Amino acid sequence: MCLAVPGKVLERQDMLATIEVGGVTRKVSLMLLPEAQVGDFVLIHAGFAVQRIDEEEAEKTLALFKELEEYAANE
Amino acid sequence: MLQMNNEEIRKAADFFTQEIAKLAGNRSVRLMEVCGTHTVAIFKAGIRQLLPENVELVSGPGCPVCVTPNNYLDTAIAYSRKSDVMIATFGDMLKVPGSSSTLAAEKAQGADIRIVYSSLEGLELAKRYPNKKVIFLAVGFETTAPTAAAAVLMAEVEKITNFYLLSSHKLVPPALRALLSSGDSKVDGFLLPGHVSAMIGLAPYEFLSKEYNTPAVVAGFEPLDILQSVYMLLRQLDCGVAKVENQYRRIVPKEGNPAACEVLSTVYQAADAQWRGIGHLKKSGLAMQEKYQKFDALLNIPVAVEETKEAKGCQCGNVLRGLVLPAACPLFGKTCKPEHPIGSCMVSIEGTCAAWYKYGAGRWQV
Repeated sequence: MCLAVPGKVLERQDMLATIEVGGVTRKVSLMLLPEAQVGDFVLIHAGFAVQRIDEEEAEKTLALFKELEEYAANE
Repeated sequence: MLQMNNEEIRKAADFFTQEIAKLAGNRSVRLMEVCGTHTVAIFKAGIRQLLPENVELVSGPGCPVCVTPNNYLDTAIAYSRKSDVMIATFGDMLKVPGSSSTLAAEKAQGADIRIVYSSLEGLELAKRYPNKKVIFLAVGFETTAPTAAAAVLMAEVEKITNFYLLSSHKLVPPALRALLSSGDSKVDGFLLPGHVSAMIGLAPYEFLSKEYNTPAVVAGFEPLDILQSVYMLLRQLDCGVAKVENQYRRIVPKEGNPAACEVLSTVYQAADAQWRGIGHLKKSGLAMQEKYQKFDALLNIPVAVEETKEAKGCQCGNVLRGLVLPAACPLFGKTCKPEHPIGSCMVSIEGTCAAWYKYGAGRWQV
């Protein structure tokens, strides 16, 4: 039930956004994420955008795999 | 999010599993994945089989359907039998057994029960059917509770007077505190729920390390997220430190979602709550603030509820506390199966017993 899926904000009107999720569009409330802007990737749960997906942080997560790269290089 | 090809994923998995084995050494380590979505992800990816035998993963009380008490189902069923009531619910509540019936059985006999994917759909039903009292079954943890609260705020703004919540929301941190303070769970570290944490941030978990010296990592849901989180927990245990780390930083900011927290606290306040199989936990649930109590079904729509009975022999409570594995339950795989569940842990796809049954074939004996 706590499952959430990522989607991209295509347009917004007041607190309602049109969001693309896996190639289909759906209407999602922005009441819990009023700062979401067109072009943002957001996490959607039960009809609401609940968190922005920070691409910069995603890059940092990739950087966490630095140790992994070293491991792979030494393999 | 991680753009890796299969070869890179394999190498990453190799790296983490080898490091986990090295860090674990000979010690026995018991880690609890709190969230039901983690439980399913762990089974799907076969992560238990990738870990050394002395690193055990046990499931916690993080499946909202599983922890919803019998009495709540009995109340929902009683409401569904009233001719002027329409029930709006997430689909996974339908098969959960109450004391003597299920919502699915009531629906088959003509009760007006609608499956919705959002609290707002419940609100739409209330607008469309003004002659019905529409009761939304508000269950779930901190991820879902703000969405129900948001629907209440919208109902208030739009002056909708036939929309109600039957609320059984639960809070994760008090449940973890109860597990640790009971002293019998023997958990060495927690994989914290990613999407609950996206709402509440990291601060509510600080007590795990500060008061109980227990490491915790907020974990994402990809197999590599989970392996990395186990690795991070092992690293803490190896160093003898305990802190709250965030593996899922691409989604979970340290401060969570302030707007969602504000919506939640506007409508709700912390209240004692009953957990299926676990019992009564202080301040582990949510009750409506006085201003919004006109949306509380229990306070506004009288209903006679049958006496609640628990299924004999069901071990859901012990499974939810990580004390026993599903196969230790005398009902598991015999009278209790996904098609005829007796305990709630067999109902939801996020339930531990359902995951064991579906993915554990050949690795458990009945």
